[in-house]
Order: sequence, then C-alpha cells, then structure tokens
Amino acid sequence: MFTFLIRRLGITVITVMGSMIILFTLIQLIPGDMATTLLGPRATPELVESLRIRMGLDKPVIVQLGHFFYNLLRGDLGTDVLNHLPVSMLVFHALPYTVVLALSSIIIAGLLGVPLGTYAASHRNSLLDKITGIVSISMITTPPFLAGLFALLIFSVQLNWFPTIGGGEAGDFLDQLAHLILPVASLALGWVGYIARLTRSTLLEELNADYIRTARAKGLSERVVLYKHALREALIPVIAVVGIGFGNLLGGAVLTEIIFHRPGLGYLIFNAVKSRNFPVLQGGLVIAVFLYSLANLLADLSHGFTDPRIRLE
Amino acid sequence: MPRLELTLSGRQLIWHRFRTSSLGKVLGQFSGALGTILILAIIFVAIFAPCLTPHDPDVIDVFNKLAPPSKTHLMGTDELGRDLFTRILYGSRIALIVSLPAIGIGVIISMLLGVIAGYGSTWVGSLLLILFDSVRAFPTIIFAITIMALTGGANLPILIAVIGITRFPGYSRLIRVQTLKVRENDYISAAKGTGCSYMRIVFRHILPNAIGPLFIQAAMDIPVVITIEAGLSFLGLGVPPPTPSWGAVLRSGYAYVRTSPWMVVFGGLALIVATLGFTLLGETLRDVFDPKLRRA
Repeated sequence: MFTFLIRRLGITVITVMGSMIILFTLIQLIPGDMATTLLGPRATPELVESLRIRMGLDKPVIVQLGHFFYNLLRGDLGTDVLNHLPVSMLVFHALPYTVVLALSSIIIAGLLGVPLGTYAASHRNSLLDKITGIVSISMITTPPFLAGLFALLIFSVQLNWFPTIGGGEAGDFLDQLAHLILPVASLALGWVGYIARLTRSTLLEELNADYIRTARAKGLSERVVLYKHALREALIPVIAVVGIGFGNLLGGAVLTEIIFHRPGLGYLIFNAVKSRNFPVLQGGLVIAVFLYSLANLLADLSHGFTDPRIRLE
Repeated sequence: MPRLELTLSGRQLIWHRFRTSSLGKVLGQFSGALGTILILAIIFVAIFAPCLTPHDPDVIDVFNKLAPPSKTHLMGTDELGRDLFTRILYGSRIALIVSLPAIGIGVIISMLLGVIAGYGSTWVGSLLLILFDSVRAFPTIIFAITIMALTGGANLPILIAVIGITRFPGYSRLIRVQTLKVRENDYISAAKGTGCSYMRIVFRHILPNAIGPLFIQAAMDIPVVITIEAGLSFLGLGVPPPTPSWGAVLRSGYAYVRTSPWMVVFGGLALIVATLGFTLLGETLRDVFDPKLRRA
C-alpha cells in the first residue's frame, strides 16, 4: 500500500507541475501585452511600463516561470492588480462555496443513486427496474446547467419556493441552505442516474459470482446475501466514481455557479476571464487544477485501499 | 426417417442476414432504434431547415419581440423578435457542425499521439502520458472558457479546435492502452521479422486493430461535446452572434426567464433530444461492438 501511495502521489505531483507549465504557457500565448490589456487603451506608456515591472513581465519567460513556481510553493498566488487584493484571499473566499456545492451534490447523488441501483438490481426486469432505467438515462442526458435553468424557472420564478440567485447571507445558515438546494439538485441529478446505473450493473455482476452462490447454498437469507456480501463488493467501483465525481464537480460546477450567481471558484474564474484579470484567472485555475488532481488522487487511494488488485496495476 | 428441410426463402434470408448484421443488432434494441430515430430527425431538420419554416433565423422584428407561442410563431420569438422555432431548427446545424469536427480533431490527434505513447520508446511514452494527464487535470469547461475568452471570444473554428483539444487526452490514453495490447500479438512480431518499416507496422497493423474502442468512445462523446458547445454559447463564448444555436437561445431565455420562459423550455428540450439520441445510440453501439466496455 505504501509503494502504491508513493507512486500515485509522485504521478499527481508531476501531473500538477505539467498542468502549471501548460497554464503558464497559455497565459504567455495570449495575443497582446498583459499589462496593456489589464489597464485598457487609455493607460499611459509609463503606467503600463510600471505595471509590467510590478508583475515581473519585463523579465525573460524562463525567469517568470521560475518565479511562478517559487511563489506557488510559498502559497503566493499573486496580487489582483485591479483591486490590490491578494489573489489567495479572493480564491479562498470563493472556495467554500464551490466545495460545499460539489460535496453536497455528490453526497446526495450517492445517497439516492445507490439505493435506486440496488433496488433495480434486486428486482431485475421488473417494471420498477425498467422505470429506474429510463429515469436514470433521462437524468444522465440532461446537462447540469440545463437542469439548473429548468430548476430556476420552475422552483424560483414560477413557484417562488427558493431564492433565485446568490450564495446566501454570511452567517445565516438557513439562508445559505435555501440558496444551496437548487444548485445542488441540478448538479446531483445526472450523478444520481449515473451512480444508480453503475450500482445496478456492478451489483448484477456480483450477484452472479461464485461466492454469492456459496452464500446462498449456506442458507443465508437473500437480504444478507444482497446487503452484506454483494453490495459491499459492488460499492468498490462506486466509491471510486464518487471520488472522481467530486473532482469533476469542483470544476464542472462553473455553469451552475454562473446561473445561480453563486460566488464560488468557477464564478470567480469566469469573471476574471471576462475582465481579463490575469492574476485572478491564473490563481483560480491553479487551485481548480490542484483540487481536481487532489480529488482524483484521493479517489485512486480509496479505490486502492478497498480493492487490493488496484495497487498492483 | 423423415428428412428435416431447413431452407429459407430469399426474403427470409435477407431478413436473417439483416438481423444478425451489426446494423440489425443496433436497430433491434429499443434504445438503439430510438437513438437512431432521434439522430436521423436532427440530421433531417439540419439539412431541410429552410424548407420546414417560412421564417429567416436572423431577421429581426422589433414589433414582435418576446411574443409568446402562437400560430405564426410556433415557439414564440426572442428579444429581437426572431422566430424561435426557426432558430431552434437551424441550431441543430451548429450542434452537428461543431460536435462532429471537434470529435474528429480529438480522434486524429489521439491516433497520432496515443500510438506513439504506446509503441514509441519508454521515455517518449512517459512524457506523452504526463502531457495527457496534465491537460486532463484542467476541468474541461473551465479550460474551454479560458481559451475561448483569451483568444477573443465567440469564433466557430476556434470553438471546434478548443473542444477537440479537450477530448484528445482521454482518447489518447485509450489508444495507448489498446496499442500496448496489440503490440504483444504474434502478427506484430511477424511483421517486424519480415522487415516491415516502423510506419508500416503502426499504420497497417497496430492502428487498424487499436481504434475500434476509440470510435465507440467518440460516438459516446458526441452528447458531451454538444453540451460543451451549448454551455459555451450560453456564456456568449461559443458561436458568434447572430448564428442560431441552442446555447444562444438558452442565453436569451436566461436573460428573460421571468417574462418569456418559452425560450428556456424549447431551447432546453432541443438540447435534451439531441443528447438523449446520441447517448442512446452510443451506448447501444458500445453494447453491440464491445460489451466488455459496459459498466454503467
């Protein structure tokens, strides 16, 4: 397990470094000068030059890359030159909104998807199994941002049950919860369908395994066979998918955050892109990539922990 | 002893051949048949859009802006008075024009890089693997938003290229794994033994045997790509205005969701029909051609 952990950790570090180099290169490839773009066409050449020096843009690219990595290792994501605020402050202010959204969505998806899939597998080919199948595929094929738009239209605009936009009043738990329900529902929808189908198919595979036949031959009740033996094994790939799903939702929630004006990481990055606020964009992307890689690493480790075969691959 | 005659008439033979063919197996499943019907309907609409509506998708009619559905405007009009039904019909063109070439770009890049990663030297393979994983570490939609915005916003060729780039790391990994399997076969050793060149082995022996799963994966990816395009157009970073696209319809609908909800409803339904059709067909293709890939 230790070798597996070190190997996965090493791969993640190399991948994140690779992503950072790609990100740095992308920012360098943007047409036009970064300082001029930030200050706008009315800026005087002196002002542009002073900003270029402040941002370190006057130095060779390789030196800039070195500084970029050095600052990252110190936890310094740079300074938002438009608002004169540290980017890390902006990012860490936005982060809880995204993490809570992604975590709640994947937990809800797991809590609904696993029982649905288990029921469908234990009642294979029944009417409810078929209905579950149709519902699952409908959930999977509805893009999350579309589910968000429909949810907004029905539950906020027409029925007026939930607040329309925002992340809720700071310190007011109930208000924050009310603002969380629709974004979570729209993000979780597709994952409920996916987890239900995955649970069903893995459970059906397990129910055909030899050890299940042995358990039944021993005279164990169907409930014990299903929940104590088959489901425990069937949940191994589901756990991995939930981990990967969390990573995907951290980055994939951007459209949902924009629709509901939820001030999370995706919303911050989108606004930085719109205003061409490069330091904030760069800092936001760094954290998005880091979180995504971290979530995938944790998913891999949990998968390796629950299934020893994975460690040998 | 009576002889059992097992002969088939010409028509029965044709029917039997069709049922046992790959196409017959796909259409024989409910999901495959429904998916095919939906996709054919979208293709039909995309081709014959001008014949199916009397309106022009780009003609502005300020006197009829945000008009609700009626006999003249079946799905109502948008904020510039343009007929929504017409824009949704024409929007199917953009869904296909963007998704198919974008997938094609992803497939072509991945065929090249994936096979090099699997059949090239170990260090080249490792470097490429780092590249694939490094690109994959960027959340797809954020990556696409960033590049689209930084390259100047809505632009069709760039949109296609960017979406293609977001697809290639996954495809390349798939091709690499397939290549690693194929290269162990005896016929590769035989080809080497007979003096075949590196390129001949790659293009005549490895690639044809390694790309099957890629095409299934690519088919299953079409709804994902359609969704990315709609998402980017929804943000104003997809196709340039006034080109009609489902994402652009949803963008208008979002702005007027309180007063004119029909834009969100009809734009959304068009998107769901497309993603449903391609998902159903993609999954059926996977089940028929490569049941081992089936998981969820």
